[in-house]
Amino acid sequence: MSGVMTFLTRRRGGRGWHWTDIVSWLWLLGGVVIMFGPAVWLVGSSFKTPAQLAEFPPTIMPYVSQHARVEGYDKPLTLYRVKLPDGSTKVLAEVRRIGIVAQMVDPQAPNDIVKVNIADRQPVREIGFATENYTEPFVHFDFLRYLRNSVFVTAMATLITLLTNSMAAFALSKYKFRGRDLTMLVIVGTLMVPLSVILVPLYSVVGAVGLLDSLWGVILPTVATPTGVFLLRQYMLTIPDELLDAARMDNASEWQIYWRIVLPLAAPALAVLAIFSVVWRWNDFLWPLVVLSRKELYTLQVGLNTYAGQLNVQWHYILAMTVVTMIPVVLVFVFLQRYITSGIAGTGLK
Amino acid sequence: MGRITLTNIDRAYGKMKILHGINLDVGDGEMLVLVGPSGCGKSTLLRLIAGLDRPTDGKVEIDGVDVTNVSAAQRGLAMVFQSYALYPHMSVRQNLAFGLENIRMPKAEIDARITEATRMLEIAPYLDRRPGQLSGGQKQRVAIGRAVVRNPTAFLLDEPLSNLDAELRITMRAELAGLHRRLATTMVYVTHDQIEAMTLADRIVVMRSGRIEQVGRPLDLYNAPANLFVAGFIGAPRMNLLPVKVRSASGAEVRVEGPGGLSASIAADGVALKPGDDATLGIRPHDIQLSNGGKGSVEARVTLAEALGPETVVHATIAGDSKLIAVLKQQGVESQGPPINLALPPERMHLFDAAGLRVAPR
Repeated sequence: MSGVMTFLTRRRGGRGWHWTDIVSWLWLLGGVVIMFGPAVWLVGSSFKTPAQLAEFPPTIMPYVSQHARVEGYDKPLTLYRVKLPDGSTKVLAEVRRIGIVAQMVDPQAPNDIVKVNIADRQPVREIGFATENYTEPFVHFDFLRYLRNSVFVTAMATLITLLTNSMAAFALSKYKFRGRDLTMLVIVGTLMVPLSVILVPLYSVVGAVGLLDSLWGVILPTVATPTGVFLLRQYMLTIPDELLDAARMDNASEWQIYWRIVLPLAAPALAVLAIFSVVWRWNDFLWPLVVLSRKELYTLQVGLNTYAGQLNVQWHYILAMTVVTMIPVVLVFVFLQRYITSGIAGTGLK
Repeated sequence: MGRITLTNIDRAYGKMKILHGINLDVGDGEMLVLVGPSGCGKSTLLRLIAGLDRPTDGKVEIDGVDVTNVSAAQRGLAMVFQSYALYPHMSVRQNLAFGLENIRMPKAEIDARITEATRMLEIAPYLDRRPGQLSGGQKQRVAIGRAVVRNPTAFLLDEPLSNLDAELRITMRAELAGLHRRLATTMVYVTHDQIEAMTLADRIVVMRSGRIEQVGRPLDLYNAPANLFVAGFIGAPRMNLLPVKVRSASGAEVRVEGPGGLSASIAADGVALKPGDDATLGIRPHDIQLSNGGKGSVEARVTLAEALGPETVVHATIAGDSKLIAVLKQQGVESQGPPINLALPPERMHLFDAAGLRVAPR
């Protein structure tokens, strides 16, 4: 704990607050709020009941109203903190409400009905979690099936992406052939073509090869990424050619050079690409939505969309399932982030 | 067996010609050192022998078999690289085993070879470390070990000592010489350091801009350099080269005159020379002595005297502009002191004609 405090109050030069300390503090604090705020709000709201979600102004934390069993009434009654005409406050239970007047009863004296203006009362609430937002979808919504589809698509697409992109990068970085730079340029040039432009032709291609309404139809068109090829090629350029020559002298075939020398040495770049690929494929929405039409093939993102109906949106389920959907991506970042930094820093081998 | 024969090797990158008609014969068990300034094509030549590069024209033979179009792996050679090129993600043991696993050698045999090599090179304690955890000298040993376990027909070494510090370089040089004696395998060794060449080589090949200038045993190159380039390249400090004029020439003796009243009769076959021809006189710094003046000596002004203890390296000028370096046995020569007399013994002089070629004694 003291370590955290030392870290947080660390200052420029050590003694005294310099104005740059304050500015950087505020700057970083602002960053934390902007980056982290929506996530906190999302998680908080995912535990709210539909009624509370509709409330204005919204709260960060979820609250639930308190109920009490009162003698003479079958159902539990909602508790309110009421300001009585004599100025005192008391906790009363609502029996029924007629217009702006509520009929209320003291749980200790259940026989006396008190009429209260609804402006004079506040519901008694405590922080509480509407866990049914999470449990319900597991029963009614086919969460596990969607999860399985998503995991399959993400894992397969990432594996194939890593394999094909690293092969392309290997050829483009370690072999000299006519048109190499042009090929690279064309590959990188495809970065400028957004999915929405090629959506329709891609759809007909996928339809023509009979992959519509199949998970492979989601996986295969996405595996060749220009970003991946570029990233891996730049990294592989830093692997000294002498290592490859040494391997050639050691009787290694070109495949062995790729598989046993270049691939292990490109691990940091592969990790970065794996992270990107997992995040891309996991969060993919438009393309799976276009390709998949049978419900049992839906990925999580497409499945979530079924909560957003034409007439009403079940926000409490959407929010809860969004949190669940986020977890794998967050875990990927937590465990692989050191590769991101090392990949970006581009630590070459010395 | 490990006889390597190169015939008329050319190598060009586009229009740039790197090697011009190289002919070379490396004998079995020989330590051949390719030496030359950087960019002279010696590393390219080594890569051609290794099979990592192909000649534009010409033929490479190993033990009489034409291997010009055989891949590097099939040639049965092993190479030690300047940067060691150890696989950074493998332990020392895996580095040594990699080449053997690739030819599907039985595990027991691999282990036996690694044990043998580690014993010879004293790298057993590091077998499970990664190259990143080794010092320069240790990496060098592992790189050599990786070549040794292959049991190759010949070793190719590309400036293997250039990344080591001076002291380690001397130790490793001696070890390499010992290794060559023990293994008696052909070695082709590339370096730009002429001291390495002199100490290690059975024969030296001096190269310049893609051509072989001279091939010979180290002392032959030192004592009888074929041309001005070899004369300047072999020996440290480099040979003094003074412009001279031929005064008279016969089949047995050439009389020359040079700057500062220098005059000498050199035993050389001067049939091709005429009086008045330009020539170059060469004399090694170690052959120059201090004298009391008189015949065969020149007066020199000392610009810098480096007292090393056993010898004094004197930088001097004669006749105002010709520079001369002498390594004298005496101490006590002072910089900027009074002029001194230096004797240049004629029997130690080398004579080169206007084209820069040696004029040898008959």
